[in-house]
Amino acid sequence: MQITVTVNDQPYTREVEPRLLLVHFLRDELGLTGTHWGCDTSNCGACVVQIDAVPVKSCTMLAVMADGHHVTTVEGLEKNGELDPVQKGFTECHGLQCGFCTPGMMLTARWLLDNNPDPDESEIREAISGQLCRCTGYENIVRSVRWAAEHTCTPEVSA
Amino acid sequence: MQVPARFEYEKATSVPHALALLERYGPDARVVAGGHSLIPMMKLRLAQPEALIDINDLRELAHLRVEGGELAVGALVRHAELLASPLVAEHFAILIDAERVIADPVVRNRGTVGGSLCQADPSEDLAAAFAALKADAVVTGPGGSRTVPLRGFHQGPYETVVEPGELLAELRVPVRHGAGSAYEKVERRVGDWPVAAAGALILIEDGLITEAGIGLTAVSAPGFTAPEAEDYLIGREPVDAVFAEAGRRAAAVCNPHADQRGPADYKRHLAGELTRRALRKAARRAAED
Amino acid sequence: MTTSTPMGFGRMHRKEDARFIRGRGQYVDDVQLPGMLHGAILRSPHAHARILSVDTSAAEALPGVKAVITGETLAGLGLAWMPTLSKDVQAVLATDKVRFQGQEVAFVVAEDRYIARDALELIEVDYEPLPSVIDARTALAEAAPVIRDDLDGKKDNHIFDWEAGDRAHTEAIFERAEVRVSQDMLYPRVHPAPLETCGALADFDKVTGKLTVWCPTQAPHAHRTLYAMVAGLPEHKIRVISPDIGGGFGGKVGIYPGYVCAIVGSIVTGKPVKWMEDRSENLMSTAFARDYHMTGEIAATQDGRVQAIRVKVLADHGAFNGTAQPTKFPAGFFHVFSGSYDIETAHCEVTGVYSNKAPGGVAYACSFRITEAVYLVERLMDVLAYELGMDPAELRMKNLLRADQFPYTSPTGWEYDSGDYPRTLALAMEMAGYDKLRAEQAERRANGDRRLMGIGLSFFTEAVGAGPRKHMDILGLGMADGAELRVHPTGKAVLRVSCQSQGQGHETTFAQIVAEELGISPDDVDVVHGDTDQTPFGLGTYGSRSTPVSGAAAAMVTRKVRDRAKLVASAMLEVAPDDLEWTKGRWSVKGDPKHGATIQEIALASHGAVELPEGVEGHLDATCVYNPPNLTYPFGAYICVVDVDPDTGQVDVRRFIAVDDCGVRINPMIVEGQIHGGLADGIGMALMQLMAFDEDGNHLGASFMDYLLPTAVECPSWELGETVTPSPHHPIGAKGVGESATVGSPAAVVNAVLDALKPYGIRHADMPLTPSNVWRAIQGRPIRTDLAIT
Repeated sequence: MQITVTVNDQPYTREVEPRLLLVHFLRDELGLTGTHWGCDTSNCGACVVQIDAVPVKSCTMLAVMADGHHVTTVEGLEKNGELDPVQKGFTECHGLQCGFCTPGMMLTARWLLDNNPDPDESEIREAISGQLCRCTGYENIVRSVRWAAEHTCTPEVSA
Repeated sequence: MQVPARFEYEKATSVPHALALLERYGPDARVVAGGHSLIPMMKLRLAQPEALIDINDLRELAHLRVEGGELAVGALVRHAELLASPLVAEHFAILIDAERVIADPVVRNRGTVGGSLCQADPSEDLAAAFAALKADAVVTGPGGSRTVPLRGFHQGPYETVVEPGELLAELRVPVRHGAGSAYEKVERRVGDWPVAAAGALILIEDGLITEAGIGLTAVSAPGFTAPEAEDYLIGREPVDAVFAEAGRRAAAVCNPHADQRGPADYKRHLAGELTRRALRKAARRAAED
Repeated sequence: MTTSTPMGFGRMHRKEDARFIRGRGQYVDDVQLPGMLHGAILRSPHAHARILSVDTSAAEALPGVKAVITGETLAGLGLAWMPTLSKDVQAVLATDKVRFQGQEVAFVVAEDRYIARDALELIEVDYEPLPSVIDARTALAEAAPVIRDDLDGKKDNHIFDWEAGDRAHTEAIFERAEVRVSQDMLYPRVHPAPLETCGALADFDKVTGKLTVWCPTQAPHAHRTLYAMVAGLPEHKIRVISPDIGGGFGGKVGIYPGYVCAIVGSIVTGKPVKWMEDRSENLMSTAFARDYHMTGEIAATQDGRVQAIRVKVLADHGAFNGTAQPTKFPAGFFHVFSGSYDIETAHCEVTGVYSNKAPGGVAYACSFRITEAVYLVERLMDVLAYELGMDPAELRMKNLLRADQFPYTSPTGWEYDSGDYPRTLALAMEMAGYDKLRAEQAERRANGDRRLMGIGLSFFTEAVGAGPRKHMDILGLGMADGAELRVHPTGKAVLRVSCQSQGQGHETTFAQIVAEELGISPDDVDVVHGDTDQTPFGLGTYGSRSTPVSGAAAAMVTRKVRDRAKLVASAMLEVAPDDLEWTKGRWSVKGDPKHGATIQEIALASHGAVELPEGVEGHLDATCVYNPPNLTYPFGAYICVVDVDPDTGQVDVRRFIAVDDCGVRINPMIVEGQIHGGLADGIGMALMQLMAFDEDGNHLGASFMDYLLPTAVECPSWELGETVTPSPHHPIGAKGVGESATVGSPAAVVNAVLDALKPYGIRHADMPLTPSNVWRAIQGRPIRTDLAIT
């Protein structure tokens, strides 16, 4: 069936099978491979994207369910050549190693900060508790999100 | 990555439209809302519906309000919405407790109250929470709506009273002023299904318990509840020894199965221990009110 | 947290982050080739069964299916079996029998992954189920079914017996020891579960005869050579490209059947074929780790002086012996189990057996089974402390090797390079406030506090950087690493290395090594890795060997370039080479520092028209192969504090203090990140990661719903400290750190939980200490964690 999904502010109209998972729509149909997948059971969170500004697991959503909605992926975090503070925070605080969980972590972090601009450590840990990282032990992810919270108004900090 | 088998897909635009679609596709159609139980099952090919009826656009099922002394929770209310609702926090701490430990924040953004109850997983948290609250389920079908006590809603693992062609429309929970409630869960790790969990509702008047509700999940308690333990509580003082005895009685009605979450004796122990803890917390909250 | 780019070692942001934070990493599943087809594997539902027939006709008839490959197809090509890294063979696709649940049976190639998956449903396999060996402790029983009847004359499930140390001496000490304590313990089967699963994209070009394989391998060169040996393809016609890898942890060292299937699929169809395993396939069939059933014994004096340790191990290697370790060491480096202590003698015996479970054994950041060794000795130390009524910290301090004992030859033959263990433990205890914690614990116990507090210690010594080629090889390939450095005319450099990052930040740290040695900015150094056509030979990244081996190669090749630069500078400056001295980035005339040339000026001159001395070729390029003279021995002291609810069995990790000594730190930020990750592994293994099997051999942890990995909520905020004892034999004094925390942390967590349970008279319970296991331990009936809970 035909769907139109707005991804990172750009509308895309495609003919898809109803069973096509949103993560495959983004990766295989649109070539947006920044969204990863790591499990089949919605436990790992590598596939998190935002639908209408709310993070969801795109491996557990059909592309047809995103018809008419706005999707934001990691590729859409950078605006007009300016990195999101969350992206800068992950660089500043070594919030990533292999980089596989990073896009999903950053999209959830963005949502958290949009709703709670000054989260404490436990709020950050809870927010990302549905997303696994096998490299960082989470410590520097938490620090990265805190960094982003503290630098939201100063986008000129060098990365 | 695992992927579902082929199916037909329809997006419902209203409740009557959804019911018409269900009638058209028959018993091999499934309703999908958040999809966080159904889609993984379909990817693993444990479920292979011929058609999916998407009800995500049915805003008339997404209400959350108090009316006529009852909280009405539309089936399409997302877990995250229930958790964030000041109305729910004011009257039903148990639902906040339970929602906080259901899956994870990202899944809660998508998963729905109705979806969780209709999936009828024998370890579902909300089944125990709504059972403790003695909620009613409103089921809509071609012939109109019917109301079913939540305690009779589940007919067994993955089975409910919702017939093919019907939809769960909403949950209705009586608001009891001065009541306290709580939910206690043991999980192997955050986000996991419960090893066991217990919910409690308690109303205290003149120092004695006048109403009690107990919900239990993952321990094969019939109807997700323990009526004998509830009866025991009525007319007694809200003290630890009473709660502990209620816990023992609650554990006695459970018939837990061993699995990788734990052996049966442990789960039965938890049913008692968590009932005691939930009652104690609920009583404390009632006193604070 | 970080500063501007240092001219060498120090904290700096990672160069690789720029692409990852924009979603522009390129992992194997991100690679798309024109005309690419997709593969999917049909797997066995049985742990042990004879294959009576395989009918692929319905699958072949499904529109979009391009090929269905079975064991029979492969047998026709001589590819049904492949060699393992332990000189056994493993079925690529089963022909005679299936030997574990999840074993590969058939491979479908189709136009897209959805159709490939659909086709699996249409393959009919007729199985005759056979009795299976699930409990390793029954594998050698006379009545046990023989799993490997494919091996000539094989009548049992025995793989090897191996021993190390001095049996007679150890027995003599045990004979007369004042105190002898024995403890059975299981280090259960776990899986490294990197977030990216395994996969491969194979592209065989019939015209050129060139095979290109994109695959997230930790050892691209070893893969190339093995493909040449297995498939009979000429090695120069094979190119392995290991792109960005979403975590490896040892799980991406070996060659899996799926990789071979993708290659065969490409050869058969003439198109590129991609195969990506799903999570269940990953957990069920690729490299597991551990599965060591150990009986440890410790002999000591009454006042706590440890004299000897002996251990018997039953090692479950699964259906094929596929462990990846140096050839001489079938139990890996397990025999480093005398740990960090001054022990007179030690002895171990290891028996390896087949079972109806997936093959593997060495994975998950274990440093070739040093995790098992450290767990054994650190548990034994606590068991001894328990029996002696001694504080576990005091017992350790009393027995730790002293600084003046290094270099130290251990009772099983290891030569520890350097260390000051008591200093490191003392620092950890100071950071933890150890005495205060013990006082709090005593007070809570005295008050009858229902919430139990536990304090656990672990002191580990690692042996990494394999290894000296006279002792160590894998399938005959020596464990030396190559490096190649080119300095371009403008003074910018490209370093090519054989190891491959799976997130360790090699593009940054290796640039820093060149920068440190050459005095240029790390920003001016590009690191090329992961492509066998672009990099020199070497055995890859595992066993914490990148910095100890490839890092040394990088330093040595840069020194070669520096030496060449000296000769060019002497021509430029018209002075004898001996009259020049090096300051970072510059050769100058001794006593006349203004008279000199920067490395950039020398680079240009070396490519220019300066007349060079006799025998100097010009340009600033060099290659080198580094053959390590010894392993390196990082070490550390860990302290974990937990709270346990005895009425539910739940464990909360309150604090975790880790003091690591990995010698010189190239980029402390990256070192700390590596440690953080390993500490989380310790929480996971100690508390939740459970891979058990029911009596029919069904895998009970085959998805992330059942194989639980720690989240941010279970992890505390790690408290790190450091001591620095450089390795005396390593060019830059670095020891490596990648696996230290994974090796050292599980014992600290387990020791903490058991310390909390001490008032119940509990000395030991096996990992993982899940709520049910803790509660059952308190009831005196701990759970057998390798089998289904009943």
